[in-house]
Amino acid sequence: MDISAREVLIWLNTLGLSNSTILKLLDYFYDLREILEISGENFLKIPNLKRENLERILNSRSKINVSGFLEDNMKKGIKIITCLDEEYPEALRQIYNRPAVLYYKGDFLDFEPAIAIVGSRKATAYGKWACEKFTKELVELGVTIISGLALGIDSIAHRTALDNGGRTIAILGNGIDIRYPKKNAKLYDEICEAGAIVSEFPPGTQPLSYNFPQRNRIISGLALAVIVVEAKERSGSLITAHHALEQGKDVFALPGNINSIYSKGTNKLIKDGAFPLLDIEDLLEVVGDFRERNQSHKMDEFDYSTLSDIERKIVELVKEGPTHSDMIAYRTGLDIITVNSMLTILEMKGIIKELTSRTYTIC
Amino acid sequence: MYSKISTCVLQGLSGHIVEVETDLSRGMPVFNIVGLADTAIKESKERVRSAIKNSGYGFPLNRITINLAPAHLRKEGSQMDLAIALGILISSGMVDYDQEDTVFLGELSLDGKLNPIEGALPMVLSLRDFKIKRCIVPYDNREECSVIDDMEIIPLRTLREVVDYLKGKIIIEPYKGMGEDSKEKKEYELDFSDIRGQDSLKRALEVAAAGGHNALILGPPGSGKTMAIRRLPTILPDLSLEESIEVTKIYSIAGLLKSKGLIKERPFRSPHHTISAVSLIGGGRNPKPGEVSLAHNGVLFLDELAEFDRRALDSLRQPMEDGQVNISRIYGTYTFPSKFMLVAALNPCPCGYYGDPYHDCSCSPRDIDRYLNKISQPLLDRMDIHMEVLPVKYQDLSRVRKGESSLEIKKRVSMARQIQLNRFKDEGIYTNAQIPNKLIPKYCSLSSSSERIMDQAFKKYKFSARTYHKILKVARTIADLEGKESIMDHHILEAIGYRSLRVKYWG
Repeated sequence: MDISAREVLIWLNTLGLSNSTILKLLDYFYDLREILEISGENFLKIPNLKRENLERILNSRSKINVSGFLEDNMKKGIKIITCLDEEYPEALRQIYNRPAVLYYKGDFLDFEPAIAIVGSRKATAYGKWACEKFTKELVELGVTIISGLALGIDSIAHRTALDNGGRTIAILGNGIDIRYPKKNAKLYDEICEAGAIVSEFPPGTQPLSYNFPQRNRIISGLALAVIVVEAKERSGSLITAHHALEQGKDVFALPGNINSIYSKGTNKLIKDGAFPLLDIEDLLEVVGDFRERNQSHKMDEFDYSTLSDIERKIVELVKEGPTHSDMIAYRTGLDIITVNSMLTILEMKGIIKELTSRTYTIC
Repeated sequence: MYSKISTCVLQGLSGHIVEVETDLSRGMPVFNIVGLADTAIKESKERVRSAIKNSGYGFPLNRITINLAPAHLRKEGSQMDLAIALGILISSGMVDYDQEDTVFLGELSLDGKLNPIEGALPMVLSLRDFKIKRCIVPYDNREECSVIDDMEIIPLRTLREVVDYLKGKIIIEPYKGMGEDSKEKKEYELDFSDIRGQDSLKRALEVAAAGGHNALILGPPGSGKTMAIRRLPTILPDLSLEESIEVTKIYSIAGLLKSKGLIKERPFRSPHHTISAVSLIGGGRNPKPGEVSLAHNGVLFLDELAEFDRRALDSLRQPMEDGQVNISRIYGTYTFPSKFMLVAALNPCPCGYYGDPYHDCSCSPRDIDRYLNKISQPLLDRMDIHMEVLPVKYQDLSRVRKGESSLEIKKRVSMARQIQLNRFKDEGIYTNAQIPNKLIPKYCSLSSSSERIMDQAFKKYKFSARTYHKILKVARTIADLEGKESIMDHHILEAIGYRSLRVKYWG
């Protein structure tokens, strides 16, 4: 038979068997190709194999057409890598329930060092700001940003990485040929160009809610550490953090106000032992400094002496914490017209940043 | 036994003279009206018959034929009653009348009283263009008609008075109106100084009012959006006489003229969000002006913008662009003016708390998308000033200084408007918001340093060419508010602060 074990593995994946079932079969057979010839009787001897899975394999065994499937994907620009391949990422080989087959678009294999950034689908202005800040700093260090292409924090992380010329990898919970969520279709295309889209599910798999939690193990598996930016009390991001801990990765959580619902989950992570992420240096201390590898990074301290008196007054005030423009006007005694134009110029200079409606913070 | 007198009908805002020809002949006593008359006119037979009888005249027992000429013109409205009744009286020899320079307007009640009519002002205005010298109008319409000074307005109360007037039994002086007395200052109950804090929002509204810019205000519930916008009329400049006549005409045909005289305040319309596209734009079998026309020369305020029907919102685009609405019906095309300033307020999501760290937002991302997507791209593009607001906390409220009063702001706004009127007197536009793209370089030129700021901003915020133009127009208004000839750096910087929220919310 002119079929390789790798092709059999891919075939099993397309049948819709769960990853753990495939890994079980991979362990049981010395050569996976035996699966095509083994009699039904002997099949039954395999421990813990569900009858429906068995039937699925037996029924489609005769119709096997892996080369056609591979050709189809090749045409669509979808590449496939399996755990039997040598190029299979070492980082994933180590994790529990490693994905047997991965479909990807773009340039996936060269991704290290990588950090995962995840968070809730709805983000507050604070979460958005922090996510942008840390993503930018990591990208400048040459780090690949890994996330899940969901709305909210995930999208912000991908988007910021792209905008700063960085590499980013999105791990999907659906077939790689489906751009989900629809709103991120453009982001999807851009990530294909400047990074990779990866999925363990065969093309055509619909975005089903129960598939999403398990892709989180790949997100944390690829990364050296996981940053959780914002999470409500019960959030999918906490699953990623959980996987990370199981895989022996470090988890960093962004501390938030204790009365903010979007920081309940992250604050709890910190309480349970995750590192609070106050500064990017915190992360570098724990997971190792990438600076030697990427000399490009150099933080410029802004030279405040070039600012006018009024500008400095405003900057000093904003340094105390996020402040609304009306409050700035009130506390500096300046009129709102001057304050608003100063805020615009300071933002354009990159010294301050609008958090949300006219509330400004230091960059 | 033939007579001919004139009256008037309206098509949209323009009036047409209609000749009422009456012929009495011998035969069976019948009463026919011919010449494309609608129901209200057909019914006038009964009103006319009773009014003549109850005014003390005998209704002729002849074959009565009334022709409304020109016959091709569709006629509607009850203002022809008076002319029809008089035609009969003249034909039967009860009154002598052979002048042609008088037009008769008025609806009759059964006892011979003259009831007020809708659209008296636009009729009288069109009649003036037809060189009509004198017009008989119902007494209750006298105030709105008195706006015109080169035409005799004779207000009369009953059919009997009209007859006596024509016979010369009584002498009525042309009505000249209450004149300047009616120009007393309008007192508003609301004032901008009621609002504590929200300086940025107040300033944004001031700029919008000064340049006639459309404004979009976005913020969670309780942030004072509606409160501030409701005070907008208090800072709008007074209407000029021409504008005032335009507005009064529209209200006259819509039958909304309550004060009877000229409308002196800028209209402020805030229709509820369940409004249909037709009532927003205007229409109906006999087209009436919609909210966009009622807001002509004033403000159309759409609160909870995303709750409006999407079709209704999109129908706003053409009137906003053209400054007028064309409504086509089988019987003709009607044009109503619609130069209004659109001010819209909306929440960031259906529940209002999206992005608020202290409240749980109960909307799914799909709900939020669907909510915001009600507002189409082209509509967003037409909003010059975008402003986001946050609720002011109580602790902050108590220490904020009291703001300026509406009167002070209005002074600046009026001055800025005057500058614009002078500047654009040869261009056929009134405000900065109306500057067409090709004239932007002429009126909104930048110094080299402002140019540099725009360049930087262009890179930083990545805005579109359309946004670029909007910022220039708004900067022009800010400069006008300061009375400055040229646009300076801080004008541009402030204008950039009002740039589009599109990327942030509509991504």
